[in-house]
This record gives sequence, C-alpha cells and structure tokens, in this order.
Amino acid sequence: MNEAARKPLGRFVPLVVFAALVAFFVVGLVWNQSHDARFVPSPLIDKPAPDFRLPRLERPTEFVTKADLLGKPYLINVFASWCFACGDEHPVLMAYRDKFGIPLVGYDYKDAPQDARAWLQRHGDPYHEVITDQSGDTAIDFGVYGAPETYLIDAQGIIRYKHIGPLTPEVIAKELEPKIRALEQGT
Amino acid sequence: MRHSWLRWIVAAILMICAIAPAVAIDPLPFQNEAQRDRFQHLTGELRCMVCQDESLLASNADFAKQLRRQIFDMMQQGKSDKEIKDWLVARYSTFILYDPPLAPSTIALWFGTPAILLIGAGVVVVLLRRRTRPSNAIAEEPGDDW
Amino acid sequence: MNPELGQIALILALLLSGLQCALPIIGAWRGSKPLMATAPTLAVGQFVFVALAFGILMWSFWTNDFSVAYVAQNSNLDLPWFYKLSAVWGAHEGSLLLWMLILNLWTVALVAVLGTRLPQEFFARVVGVLGFVAFGFLLYMIATSNPFVRLFPVPANGADLNPVLQDPGLVFHPPTLYMGYVGFSVAFAFAIASLLGGELKSTWVRWARPWTNVAWGFLTLGIVAGSAWAYYELGWGGWWFWDPVENASFMPWLIGAALIHAQAITDKRDGLRAWTLLLSIFGFAFSLLGTFLVRSGLLTSVHAFAFAPARGVFILVYLAVVVGGSLLLYALRAPKVTGGKSFALASRETLMVIGNLMLTVACAMVLLGTLYPLVGEALNIGRISVGPPYFGPLFLILMTPLVLALPFGPLSRWGKADLGVWKRALIRVVALAVTAGIIGFIIGARSFMDLLGITAAVWVMAGVVMFAIKRWREAPRGKRYPFEMLGMMLAHFGIGVFIAGAILTRSMSVEQDVSMKPGSTVQVGNYDFHFNGVTETPGPNYRAEQGSVSVSRNGRQVAMLHPQKRTYSGGQVQTEASIQAGVFRDLYVSLGDPIGDGAWSLRVYDKPFVRWIWGGGVLMMLGGFVVVLDRRFRLKRAPEPEPVHAKPEPEAPRKLAEGEA
Repeated sequence: MNEAARKPLGRFVPLVVFAALVAFFVVGLVWNQSHDARFVPSPLIDKPAPDFRLPRLERPTEFVTKADLLGKPYLINVFASWCFACGDEHPVLMAYRDKFGIPLVGYDYKDAPQDARAWLQRHGDPYHEVITDQSGDTAIDFGVYGAPETYLIDAQGIIRYKHIGPLTPEVIAKELEPKIRALEQGT
Repeated sequence: MRHSWLRWIVAAILMICAIAPAVAIDPLPFQNEAQRDRFQHLTGELRCMVCQDESLLASNADFAKQLRRQIFDMMQQGKSDKEIKDWLVARYSTFILYDPPLAPSTIALWFGTPAILLIGAGVVVVLLRRRTRPSNAIAEEPGDDW
Repeated sequence: MNPELGQIALILALLLSGLQCALPIIGAWRGSKPLMATAPTLAVGQFVFVALAFGILMWSFWTNDFSVAYVAQNSNLDLPWFYKLSAVWGAHEGSLLLWMLILNLWTVALVAVLGTRLPQEFFARVVGVLGFVAFGFLLYMIATSNPFVRLFPVPANGADLNPVLQDPGLVFHPPTLYMGYVGFSVAFAFAIASLLGGELKSTWVRWARPWTNVAWGFLTLGIVAGSAWAYYELGWGGWWFWDPVENASFMPWLIGAALIHAQAITDKRDGLRAWTLLLSIFGFAFSLLGTFLVRSGLLTSVHAFAFAPARGVFILVYLAVVVGGSLLLYALRAPKVTGGKSFALASRETLMVIGNLMLTVACAMVLLGTLYPLVGEALNIGRISVGPPYFGPLFLILMTPLVLALPFGPLSRWGKADLGVWKRALIRVVALAVTAGIIGFIIGARSFMDLLGITAAVWVMAGVVMFAIKRWREAPRGKRYPFEMLGMMLAHFGIGVFIAGAILTRSMSVEQDVSMKPGSTVQVGNYDFHFNGVTETPGPNYRAEQGSVSVSRNGRQVAMLHPQKRTYSGGQVQTEASIQAGVFRDLYVSLGDPIGDGAWSLRVYDKPFVRWIWGGGVLMMLGGFVVVLDRRFRLKRAPEPEPVHAKPEPEAPRKLAEGEA
C-alpha cells in the first residue's frame, strides 16, 4: 500500500469508489420513487399467451379457451374476492369498462365460485366475461403471482402488456390506453 | 437477524404474507430421502415472488405453496432441476433464481469479485516486494516474539 | 412523565453534540486548553440527555401511554413487561434512539477510561469527531424519526408488538449488534483525529486496539444472536441466508476482523499505517452503510421507505458527508504516512497481509452481491436476484487461503519466520487433518464438501493447539499466554469450531415435514417422534395450540417437546418451535396446521452440531474481549513522554509532542 507515497493520486481511489457508490444510491432512491420493487416485469411480454381452457363463472359446464378469444384484442383482469387490492381497483374497472373499447375478461383466481359471484353481485360486474381458475395452475402459466394483474392480449393471442397491482386512472391513461390504441391502429 | 422483523413489518403492510403463519410446513410424499434433499436444495435456491425476502422453501405464501406442489409434481415426472428452473424462468423471469445466470447484465456480478481480488493481489505483491527487498535490513524481534 | 420532555431532551442533546463537535476541535486547532477541556463535560452532558430521552420512552412503554404514537404502534396492555421494555427498540424510531444511546455509552466510556490518559489535544479531537457523528444522527432522529410524536385521539389499547419480536432474541440481538456497529466509531474517531491533527505516528493505534476488539466482539455476539434467533423463530432450520440485512451486519464484521489484524501490525511493527487508517474508516462506513441499507428500505422493499422518502435521502446525505469527508481527509493527509519495519516474504506480516486481503475482498464480494440487484434496477437491465448460490461458493473460495494460512500466522515470527517451524507444523497439521478426514470417511461422511469441511476444521483447531503446546514448552512460566495471545487463540479456535458446526450440520441434518395423527410415530434420523396431540393453552397476550411430541431413541424417551402455534390478540399467527438443545444435536419440532381427519402437519428436525456454529461465534467474541486485558494496553495516567516514542524513529514527525509543550 506504499506506492501512493510516490503518486499520492492513489490515495483518492477510495474516495472515487465511494463517490460512485453514492451515485448508485441516488439513482436507486430515485428509481424507488417511481417503481414498486414487488413488481417484476413478465418474460411473457410479446410472447404468445399460454393455452388455457377454463370454465365460465356463471355456467361452469361451459369452457372458454384461448382459441375462442382470438381475432380481436382483449384484456384479462386477474381478481379474487379475497384480494384487498382488487376492491380498490374495482371502481376503476367499473368506470372504464366501456372506455377501453375492447372486451374485459375477468379471471377469477383461486376463489370459490360462490364467493366470486357474491362479490360481483355486491360490487357490480365490470367484466364482459368471467372465467374461473380455482386451482391456480393456469395462472402459473400466465406468470400470475399477486392479484390484481391485468394483461393486454392482441388479436393473434400475443401478450402485449402486463400491469401488476391495481389499475388506476393514471396507469390507464399513461400506459394501457396508448397500448390499446396502438393495437387498434395496427390491425 | 433483523431481516425477520423488517420482513414482517413489510409483510404486515402488504397484507399478503402476514396472514399466514411464519413457518411453511408442507408434508409432501417424497419417494425417498434423496428426493427430499433435492427438493429442499432446489426450492431453497428459488425466490418467492410474493414474499420476496424468502425462498420458495421457507415462504408460507399461498403462491409458494402452489409452486412447491408444482415442482414436486415435476420431480415425480422425472424432470431435471434445469428443466424445472427453465419452466419457472419462462413464467417468472430470472428474478425467481437466486443464482443469476451468466448474461451480459451479470458479467460485472460474476467477474467483479475475481477482478477485485486480482487488483488487491497486485497491490499486495507490490507492497511485499518493496517491503521484503533483501537490501532492507530485516528487523527481527529479539526475545519473546509476541 | 411527559413525552414532550423526551423531545426536549433530544433537542438539548443535539445542541450539546453540536458543541461537542465544534469546541474541542477548535480548541485543538487553536491550542486552547479551556476549549479542549470542554470535551468530557459536553460528552457526559449529551449522554445524560439522550439517556433521559431513552428513559422517558421506556417509561411511556411501561405505563402504557398510548398517546405516544410509537408506543401505540408497538405495545399492548397484555404485553408481558419485559417485552414492553424491549419494544423500545422494536421499530425504527426507537432503534435509532438505542443507536444514539449506545454511541453515548461508548463516548462516555472513552472519557472515563482514556480522558486523563491521552494527550489532551488528541483526545479533544476524538471526542469532537464522535460529537459530529452524534450530531448527524440526532438531527436525523429529530427531523424524520421522532419517537415522541403524539397520537390523537388516544387509542384505548395499542396495536401490539410484532409477534416475531416477542422473543428473548429481540431483547439481546439489536443492543449487541448496535454495540458492535457503533463501537467501530471509536476506531474511526481515533483515525480521523490522527488525520486531523497530522499526528502520523501510529501511537494512536495502540490506544484504539482494545476498543476495536471489544466492538468486534459485540458485533460477533450480535450476529450470533441474530442467527440463532432466525434459526428458532423463522422455523426453516437455516441459520444464515445471505439476506441483504444479514449482509449489512456481516460486512462490518469482515472489515473489523481485517482491522484487528492490521492494527496489530501497525502497533507492533509500525507497518500498514495507511491501510489501518483506511480500514478504520471503512469499518465505521460499513456500519453506517448497514444502517442506511436497512433503514432506507432500498434493498429489502420499497415500502419501508416509500412512506418517508426524507429518511432515505437524509441517511444518504449523512453517509456521504461522514464517509466522503473522511476519505477526502485520508486522500489529503494520508500520503505522509509511510514507513514501518521491513520483513521477509516468509513472515507473520505476509500471512496477515494475505488474510487482510481475503477478508477485504470477501467484504467487497458481499457488497457487490448485495447491491447488484439495485444496479440492475437502476440501469434498467432487468430485475435480478442474488442469493445463497452466489454468496456461499464465492465466500468459501475466498476463505480457503485464509483458513490454510491460519495455523501458520501465530507460529511465524515477526519480520522473518523460521522455516523449520513451518515445516514441522505443516507436517503435523496435514497429518492431523488427513487423519480427521479419514476418520470422517469411515464414520460415513461421503461428499467431497463434508470431507473438506472436517479437514479444514481440524486443520484450524490443530494449528491453535500446536501453538499452545509450543508456547507452553518454550516460554517462561507466567509469560506463556499473555491475554492478547489468549484472545487470538480463542478466536482462531472458534473459527475451527464454527467450520465444524457449519459443515456437519449441513451434511448430517435430517429435516422432514410430516402429517401426523395423534398417537402416530415418525422416525427421523435415529429418533422416534411420537405425536400425542394438540391442546389449547392460554398465554398472556395470545392463545396457543400446543402440540405434544415425545422423542425417544431405542425406546428410551429423551425429550418432551411442546411446539406452539400462537394466535396473538392482534390476530397475527406465529409458530413457536420447541427445541431440545444439546452440544451434539438439536431435536426440533414446529407445529403447522390441522390438515383434516385430526391430523396435523409438523416439521421435525434432527440437527447435529448446530450449536457449534454459534459456539464458534461465542469463542470469537470471547477472544475479542480477552485481548483487552493485556498489559500492553494499560496506559499510564500522565501522557507526557510516551514510552513508545523511545523507539528510534528520527524521520517521524513529532507534532503531538510539540503540541503538548
């Protein structure tokens, strides 16, 4: 550690390294202000949505598959009656269901059908269609890990956008709406 | 460690992990001890996406339970650890791996330590060469050498 | 007592800390004895007010004063009295107050022990630096984290302390950990004082050494307590997870271990002066960094932080000022620090330098891995997790040279080692380690890692024992084991015990999750666990479902275990494992959920040698403490001509002595 006597600049190395570290912390703090660390970007963006075959909430003997929904873009909103944040999100969905311009499919996640039905009856049903996944196995294929989550899927069945956590008017205006419009122009 | 209570404070805020008891006890019917060990080792190296400070092995979140079950089933089907990891990564990204694979974004992570070691070793070699020059009289401590 | 008084006490302490920083340092700069003489008084005054604030907060908990928001959030009428008191440091604001109190304890101890023994000018600077550290922390507390904020309307009952914290572990873990963290501020203050004063002789290092050792001992104990707590409270049977918060406490520990050895070289051989200065700064910097990482919520979760962005920003600014300022000072002043005695390549110095290198690089590795996910986020290259599979193998690789060198350090002479001693030692250590490996293999250890671990543990322990024998034979009676040496032997032996525990637990543990009906038995390892059923048991602030499991070996009962699943009054559920602890094995049961048909899920462990992990840590801690007793560190009351100065070193400046005159 002696060579610094010859070139004292070496003594500044710890200071410079530390300054770089502080700079990273500043960036990290700023990043933290605008991001939620819980939300991990999905690797499925721009990949085909997984195949699924799930029963309708209202008519459990009828199944909806991925193929049934091909042909036009649609939204999948993962919700559950036990999910607190879904209650926060619900009024937003009620207000926006007709403004999206594309169908909104409810995905009832690990929930008892009667609970989900009661929940929708009490709060209102914003969905054009509700499918149920009681086991949650299909949800793993979608990479669901916390309700609510919202997927935008295009006419070819490709996932174009995913939002984790409750949709807010801000998120819809800034992120979701432009993506939907882009899809509509594309087709 | 303090991580436990920090984790719980965070968990209490999130109301996701907090409802469940702390310990993830999950009696799965393993075929033998080796499979149990393999399962414990594998899930210990995977991150729970919900309670993000816990491994899939330790977390009692519903999500972790379900994934443990899935991984167990895949093991029964004879899938290898790599296949299981790939399956998870395809759905949840490499974030789920506590062992980040070597990629352009992790080069600095994996080669940072060897680089620091080399630099440090270089400095030490320079120091030792200077201080151990034969021309310098070596001062030996006489008597009780302590 | 009125909580507002606590707030006033904190503000007064802030004012005093400001004075404690300014007056003695100005005094030392101007050579004003009256100004320098204020240092002890101001330090004690600050301590009195911080202790008063701490006492008032404790009183608020004791008297269930839920008009104080912090008490309302962290206590409850039904909380047992000892947890009411330890709840003082159960959350952010109170743990900062504890941090402050401990800083003041260290400062007052310094005043009491060294106040009249050190050169006045130097001592004034040391106290001034500690005053600066205290000023920043007090400002932070008052500005962003006041524990005395009132709550209105006053709730009838508090929200209760988090159940995970209602454990004897919490009573001890944070205070000991903070004793370690904050203790490094003493070595830091000595280093900065010597840089400030241009006092470049390394006399200060001898004064600082006992304090560094004690701080490191406490930090070791804090980490051990935390690890043991995680083991029985989190219930996954692990004792270390390389969690960011664990890493935050481990980094200063590694630096502290390096610093202890660097200080020894500087003290005895006058070498590595600049490196010792730098490590003194790093030790405290990592303590602050640990506090920052945990308290800003930057790594573990945004949420602790998103509620109060000011907190993270404040600590970052504080960190930048304290550490950045110190490193700047180092860059400007340290080049003058050169010299030291020469040594041969084969010498104790060389081995200790290599040890220092490995410990420092290990710390850098932990820092890199801990911060890397943050880098990934900041640069938008995707979210990355870095966990045990990264840290574990790299740490093992980095520690290998250190473990290999460990037996030979004490056996070498300063300056030039006797190669004959090395050779004889090498033969014996290798023989013993290989024998241990063979015995391990015969007993049943098969994996490469296990054999390596057994060999390494014996390698280290044999080295210490051989050194002890050599001293016994060669040194005169009464001078065989000075305390400094005894401390070294304890700590090094502790490393061996730790390695043995860590490796053997890993390979020999049997862990099973089972579903059991009352009356059924499961065999785990060599033990039969018989499940007798579950009964309801009331507790002070919870009700518990208590399982009863009798453990027997070869038909003879060896333990009766009562794991609990508690539902606290706040509705939180917490499992309490029941452990039969032993020197050679722990039997461990925790209770899960009823899974229908009267059956319960249970987790059953047989964990051999797990106590050795913490036993090794406790030995290391004792080592740190014992060193302090050494005659070497006893200072005479009059600081005038230091006996150390008698060593001929004409080139060294003697500013201190000039200032004294």
